[in-house]
Amino acid sequence: MRLRPKAASLNRNRAVYWKNDAMLRNSRLSYGLVAILFHWAIAILFLGQIGLGYLTQATADDPRLQFNLYQWHKSVGFLILLLALLRLGWALSGAKPKPVAGTSVSEALAARIAHSTLLAMTILVPLTGWAIASTSPLMIPSFAFNLVLVPDLPLARSDEAEALWSNIHAVLAYASGILAAAHAGAALYHQFARRDGTLMRMFTPSRNTGPGKRPAP
Amino acid sequence: MFKISLIAAGLLICAAAAHAQTLSDLRGRYAIAPSSQIAFSVGQVGGGGINGRFSRFSGAFELHPDNVARSNINIELEPASVQTGEPRVENFLRSDAVFDVAAHPTITFRSTRVRQDGPNSAVIEGTLTARGITRRETFHATLAGRDGRALAFHVVGDVFRSPYGMDVGTPLYSNVVHFDMMLRGQRR
Ligand code: HEM
Ligand code: HEM
Repeated sequence: MRLRPKAASLNRNRAVYWKNDAMLRNSRLSYGLVAILFHWAIAILFLGQIGLGYLTQATADDPRLQFNLYQWHKSVGFLILLLALLRLGWALSGAKPKPVAGTSVSEALAARIAHSTLLAMTILVPLTGWAIASTSPLMIPSFAFNLVLVPDLPLARSDEAEALWSNIHAVLAYASGILAAAHAGAALYHQFARRDGTLMRMFTPSRNTGPGKRPAP
Repeated sequence: MFKISLIAAGLLICAAAAHAQTLSDLRGRYAIAPSSQIAFSVGQVGGGGINGRFSRFSGAFELHPDNVARSNINIELEPASVQTGEPRVENFLRSDAVFDVAAHPTITFRSTRVRQDGPNSAVIEGTLTARGITRRETFHATLAGRDGRALAFHVVGDVFRSPYGMDVGTPLYSNVVHFDMMLRGQRR
């Protein structure tokens, strides 16, 4: 079988494998590669998605464009939801890096609250969007990227329910946009005013530090 | 027993004769009555879809039962009269995303060839003009009923919408528009 040689070579490369593993996971001092990739992929998609959501409302005079933007918005939204759920699982199963040295207790608390809220919003905002699609009497299917047919949530359809979820969705989305801006501002402030390396550690995966540490080969 | 089959055979012959007789009685020109139904459906992924109908239309057909090829039909409908039961869908269909009723207020069909393909049915080829684009389309008509000076045809046909510049929403919504019409003719 073809699998054998591959498994064998994996074994041979065990030492390298362990080292990579340490880089994948968070340590007590820094973020691992997986958290970093999740962070930037979701950050870019999430911010772009707020712009896309806004455009769905600003293009009412071009119904064809508006229709297509809606479908893109829903597709990207489901992608964010999927990534955010995977990220949540990853975050819960690993270490959370300590605040960088020199952070006050109140700052650390603010950062912690901001991070948890942002993480929650990357799940709640697409869920409320899904609720709009599921309660809309238009019954437009959710066909993510024209590839995956996403079923509707079991909610009763009515114009009123659709309007309610639209409002919740919009408020949560724009509010988390503001929070994300404050969060990004704080990161830039730490990096460039305090020069404490906060932003850099979201770019450079952890290396053999903290509990993720493995014996050197 | 023999007697009964003879009577049955006799009845059948009479019925057939009456049928032929009456079919040629149908010869004439008919106006398409407002009581006709022009319904359509477009499927969507996962089942269901959009079901609608047009409420404003006009037209006429000419029937030649002895020489079906001489029969013809023309029909003109106003896409602005589309009804789906959901105003947002109707406005979308009227907009320049689909029918563009402001620029193209009518959709027309003119037959170019009628060919009988059954005792009560015919294949109708013709040109369909929508959004300023004219293409050849085919429908199938079956005599559905008659009553004095009026008669009805059940007409069905599938039309691809993308060639008419109405591809919006594919493949979420099917490219095929299925027409299901009950055209009632009133003899002129
Ligand atoms: C992280 C993911 C998402 C973000 C950040 C987001 C953001 C937004 C924003 C900013 C708007 C404009 C609100 C307004 O100005 O009224 C919007 C509208 C909308 N979004 Fe999302 N969205 C996300 C996911 C989704 C998903 C997954 C769906 C559906 C499956 C969805 C469906 C909609 C719909 C239908 C609207 C229009 C609401 C209306 O009619 O007012 N969104 N979204
Ligand atoms: C584009 C501008 C952004 C910048 C510059 C930025 C920067 C950072 C930095 C430097 C950290 C690490 C903080 C620490 O040292 O503990 C971080 C963490 C985090 N950021 Fe952002 N961020 C941005 C956008 C976003 C957005 C849009 C979201 C969510 C929608 C987000 C969610 C998070 C979360 C949840 C964490 C906690 C760490 C984790 O669980 O991965 N960030 N961000």
